[in-house]
Amino acid sequence: MVAEAPKAAAPAYKISLWAQLNNNRDFLGLFFMLPAGLVLLLFLTYPLGLGVYLSLTDSRIGGVGNFIWFDNFIWLYHDSVFWLSVFNTLLYTIVASAIKFGLGLWLALILNHHLPFKAFIRAIILLPWIVPTVLSAIAFWWIFDSQYSIISWALTELGLIDQYIDFLGDPDNARASVIAANIWRGIPFVAITLLAGLQTIPQSLHEAATLDGSTPWQRFRFITLPMLTPIIAVVMTFSVLFTFTDFQLIYVLTRGGPLNATHLMATLSFQRAIPGTQLGEGAAIATAMIPFLITAILFSYFGLQNRKWQHGGRDD
Amino acid sequence: MTRFTRRNVLKGGAGLAAAGTLASNGLIRPAWAQDMSFTPEDGAELRVLRWSRFVQGDEDLFLENVAKFTEATGVPVQVDNESWEDVRPKAAVAANVGSGPDIIFGWYDDPHQYPDKLLDLTDLCDYLGGKYGGWFPAAETYGMRDGKWVGMPWGASGNCLVYRKSWVEEAGFSEFPSDTEGFLEVMRALSANGHPPGFALGNAVGDGNTWTHWALWSHGGRMVDENNQVVLNSPETIAALNFVKDMYETFIPGTISWLDPNNNRAFLSGQIGLTANGISIYYAAKNDEDPAMRELAEDIYHANMPIGPVGMPSELHLFTQAMAFNYTPYPNACKEFLRFIMEWDQYAPWQVAAEGYITHPLMAYDENPIWTADVRNTPYRDTIRNMLYNGYAGSLGYASAASMADYIVVNMFAEAASGAKSPEDAAADAQRRAERYYRV
Repeated sequence: MVAEAPKAAAPAYKISLWAQLNNNRDFLGLFFMLPAGLVLLLFLTYPLGLGVYLSLTDSRIGGVGNFIWFDNFIWLYHDSVFWLSVFNTLLYTIVASAIKFGLGLWLALILNHHLPFKAFIRAIILLPWIVPTVLSAIAFWWIFDSQYSIISWALTELGLIDQYIDFLGDPDNARASVIAANIWRGIPFVAITLLAGLQTIPQSLHEAATLDGSTPWQRFRFITLPMLTPIIAVVMTFSVLFTFTDFQLIYVLTRGGPLNATHLMATLSFQRAIPGTQLGEGAAIATAMIPFLITAILFSYFGLQNRKWQHGGRDD
Repeated sequence: MTRFTRRNVLKGGAGLAAAGTLASNGLIRPAWAQDMSFTPEDGAELRVLRWSRFVQGDEDLFLENVAKFTEATGVPVQVDNESWEDVRPKAAVAANVGSGPDIIFGWYDDPHQYPDKLLDLTDLCDYLGGKYGGWFPAAETYGMRDGKWVGMPWGASGNCLVYRKSWVEEAGFSEFPSDTEGFLEVMRALSANGHPPGFALGNAVGDGNTWTHWALWSHGGRMVDENNQVVLNSPETIAALNFVKDMYETFIPGTISWLDPNNNRAFLSGQIGLTANGISIYYAAKNDEDPAMRELAEDIYHANMPIGPVGMPSELHLFTQAMAFNYTPYPNACKEFLRFIMEWDQYAPWQVAAEGYITHPLMAYDENPIWTADVRNTPYRDTIRNMLYNGYAGSLGYASAASMADYIVVNMFAEAASGAKSPEDAAADAQRRAERYYRV
């Protein structure tokens, strides 16, 4: 309306299309998002799309391959090793994530108290997360070694066991061992992020509750936990995604052995696609991970993030 | 030296015939009567990708030979190294994309994955075979496809039994047995004396695959027959599985988790008295700064893998061969380079520098003094002679590569040995897994 008036009155002041667009909020919004959109398209959508496409072909490394629809998936459906890897991945993700959450939250609550050398301790806690995975994996490889394990050695010296523990040789032990290594590595992320969340909870709420005579447990249950839930949702989503797609740890520790007991979908996908040169089948395994990942995201999004009390109870 | 007489004798026979057919295609300089050679194209330069050395001497001498080649021909050569397990995907990409290094030293059946992308090396390999006493049968199988040479066999990192002589003697064996029965007895005796054997049964790319394939073949089992029909689930395979089950009872605990480096460590620290490995264990002990380790090296001896009920050697070794790609603008320079490094003056010192780590695919190199300089080297001399090939007795191709990369044989033995499955179930399961790759 405002723009139309001068246009009609004085055609000499013709406003260029560019200037018009420059004042259009919708256009500007799109325009400014364009670079980010392009980056996403190029580095996320394209590889993902390519991966899905490859999973529908019989490509080998470097080759183009024929389009074979869902043959790879049908093929995998009848592959016991693939199903074993699905089971391993779910077990690995669920157990490791649950323990990481429990211990991480506990650690965060402890760190939230006033401790001596607080900054220093917090920095140290982050170490496992900072060390490159491959390095910590190699350290764990020695810790779990069937002949040189420091754990076995120490327990033997203490007289508690008389035979070295076969950490990575027995399927159940191997699963437990790789999960333990993953937990060690993943706790700092959960703890530090939850700590940040804890510090946004206003102290006044706790004070008010204390005056009302609440117990520490009640304060945790009815103040800390609800206030922390949005952060928990984000942290656990990331944590689950990281765990589900873990690769390096397994690859260094066991290569998926023993007897494929620790093969995750990610490691099996690599083994089939790169050393095995079956790019299409490897891509199919990777694509098969997507539904699980989406489920995990949706679960945390709807299950944890979008609750009424989060909107009602805010003090803003 | 003997090599000169051998060389001259061979020259008169197959070598001449091979060279004769080559004269017509114009690749040979007029001086071919002395030694065949290819004339590199004007302005040629080469890019070569090889696996990273396992022993320093290998790389040093290889680069020295490369420098010699550049000096002799004026062709600059750029050498890139890649961890040995990463060469395979790189080579596959190079082949299918149509650009990359001119020559790649790959593994096993690599050339059979993309034979039409490779330079025909028939003239070169015929010449080398003629001059140096012929190729070992396994080398021919790996290098040739449909009567043409698609790869040039370069050597193998042999896998032999590595044992502590004093412990084997203590167990009552003055000589290491050469059959599977005696082999099992040695293992039982060693184990009873507290010096158990240990063989990798985890997903160990090198050590796991090599010895389990030997175990399978030595009992007459095989993954496929000559027509690529999967015949893994057979009484012979089950016999092999039972044999390894017996072996496993004597092993140190934990071998199911072992990857490639584990047996080296366990052997060098005296925890095991017998394993299967490359010469690297001995090499490491011999070259250690610690006098105690050098003393240990004195006690390390080697033997070829024993012969099983099948009655013939049936070994598998990490086999490497060179591929020159179609896309190279300098095919003659490639061939000349490969010829140059395979000639006695370059190859023999290279083997010496690698201290027995690399076994030759050409029979005449049996005469290389490295093999008799130390009695411990001698078994490694015969590794390619004693070798079958992965995917035996079928043809090489994508199925043979994929089924080995998927550890089908290793897993089958690990399952049966550890008791996770009965030998019958393990064989039936492995049969199903192999059939996936050998589908029509």
